[in-house]
Amino acid sequence: MNLKIKISISSDILTKPIMAEAILETGVMLNISQAHFDRSHGEVVADVESGKFDVMCKALTNKGAVVTKLDVPIRWDENECVECSACVSVCPTKVFSLAEDFSLDVDDTKCIQCGTCVDMCPHNALSLGNNK
Amino acid sequence: MVKKTIHEINSKIRDGSVNVVTAEEMVHIVGELGAEEAAKEVDVVTTGTFGAMCSSGVWLNFGHSEPPIKMQKVFLNDVEAYTGVAAVDAFIGATQISETLGMDYGGAHVIEDLIRGKSVHLHAMSHGTDCYPRKVLDTTLSLDDMNQAIMMNPRNAYQKYNAATNSTRSTIHTYMGSLLPSFGNVTYSGAGVLSPLSNDPDYMTIGTGTRIFLGGAEGYIVGQGTQHSSGGGFGTLMVQGDLKKMSTDYIRAANFTGYGTSLYVGMGVPIPILNEQIAQATAVSDAGVTTKILDYGIPSRDRPAIRDVTYEELRSGFVDINGKEVPTSSLSSFKKSRIIANELKDWIARGEFFVSMPVERLPKDVSAKPMKQTEGIAIVSDIMAVSVVTINKDASVYDAAKIIQDTSFNHLPVLNDDKTLAGIITAWDIAKAVSLNKFDMVADIMTRKVITANADEQVAVVARRLDLNEVSAMPVINKDKHVIGMITSDDISKLYARRS
Repeated sequence: MNLKIKISISSDILTKPIMAEAILETGVMLNISQAHFDRSHGEVVADVESGKFDVMCKALTNKGAVVTKLDVPIRWDENECVECSACVSVCPTKVFSLAEDFSLDVDDTKCIQCGTCVDMCPHNALSLGNNK
Repeated sequence: MVKKTIHEINSKIRDGSVNVVTAEEMVHIVGELGAEEAAKEVDVVTTGTFGAMCSSGVWLNFGHSEPPIKMQKVFLNDVEAYTGVAAVDAFIGATQISETLGMDYGGAHVIEDLIRGKSVHLHAMSHGTDCYPRKVLDTTLSLDDMNQAIMMNPRNAYQKYNAATNSTRSTIHTYMGSLLPSFGNVTYSGAGVLSPLSNDPDYMTIGTGTRIFLGGAEGYIVGQGTQHSSGGGFGTLMVQGDLKKMSTDYIRAANFTGYGTSLYVGMGVPIPILNEQIAQATAVSDAGVTTKILDYGIPSRDRPAIRDVTYEELRSGFVDINGKEVPTSSLSSFKKSRIIANELKDWIARGEFFVSMPVERLPKDVSAKPMKQTEGIAIVSDIMAVSVVTINKDASVYDAAKIIQDTSFNHLPVLNDDKTLAGIITAWDIAKAVSLNKFDMVADIMTRKVITANADEQVAVVARRLDLNEVSAMPVINKDKHVIGMITSDDISKLYARRS
């Protein structure tokens, strides 16, 4: 079982290879699905094996990063949704699809919480719980 | 030769013997029986569509206040409504956005809130007259408090609509949704097989006075919509209906990121099958409705067409663009379109809705004109500087500093050995490098991702690019990536300052 985590990195440690150090130190693999950096801070979204979360979290936290569990994937409000399917073509991991009868199917286990669909949805039917 | 009249069909609706099918079902019926037999069998075909129809709004009459006011300006939940008509009427348009909340809330949301039974805050201002002395008014009103709330949509139910994609290197946000870079996706709108006007492209039964399903209530076609362009298959309808009878199942507010608000409108048009010609027209399928995929990356009225495409291909989930499978998605809901076509079918089958003939046909083979512009359109080559000082990427930072000092050019395009553009360097880059004591070659400190312009682009378009990228100058390059000029925010401000 994999767990999705967000690693926030402040500007003072932005230039240090803390992720590489934490991986070498713990031997725990991280599968990075997103990384955003600007002048003020960095943010990395990654998958980690859930049994190894604690040790990785500790290693990263010791180096100054803030680690958050992203345990709530994309939220779909069926009352707001009109099933237009605008979200289908922008999702990088194919969370959304249309069924035979043109109903929207949402497979949130595939979600990498990139938020692209949140911007795309015309009816504010999609939201990210703990990522934004 | 089959020949039926509206009167006969309405008699059948009255006595419950009418045979009504949806436009989707009609495809199979005509396929199996042929148009003539289908015309004998079927009396009415229902269509349906549910999509973003920006050109929508509602006429509201608030009733008179005491003392009375002639509203000059009116705001509903902070969204301005048009009130340049008699004293207490206003038109709230779907795309008008809130003065305080911006794109998060607009006229469309006011309309949805009213249908939901919520109260809205009304703020009105006036100059005051002898007959209408009041100058300011604030009150809270719900739909029940108003005399009339007449939905009146100037341009709805496009016969078909262009599909959208984006050739540029960055994501763009449009009324067709987010379009990913490098043809990353295609979005489209329209109900194809169920589209009202595509099922009667010669407007044999659809015209002024046709009774329709609008927003869950009975409505009417007023006539041709604005920008009606029937010659190219882009007919539109002007429609009206009573908002007080509508439902949020069929009228929904929307936001398009980076564009603004819009209204999803559910509409269904019944097509009485009077002869086999009409039966044949209603047999149109997704494969029979063709549109174009346009490049919305080009911010021009004349967006280049990438290719022709049918609704069948669009609906398959992928289309081929230059040999690549590009995912498609719809902005309108086919599921809702189906629900509407079926709901209208039920109304007719239950004897609750009668069909009508238009009192006036819609114009055929007309086309919408582009805007006549009397002011010349400034293009980049008109105002760019053509004598451009450049520097080679292997030059020293010292050389760059000296050139900037000698020529008073603030931006130096940096060139590769083959004279193509490699980067750009500014006085600021040099100051920064000096302060960090980290300078040697221009290539080390230049900005590599240069924002550029083309000579034939409109100044208004490049001005927006300057603004979005927060830069003050752009090299103008040709298709070989050679620098042929420079355009700066100074050039642009001179252009507009000269005019005013």
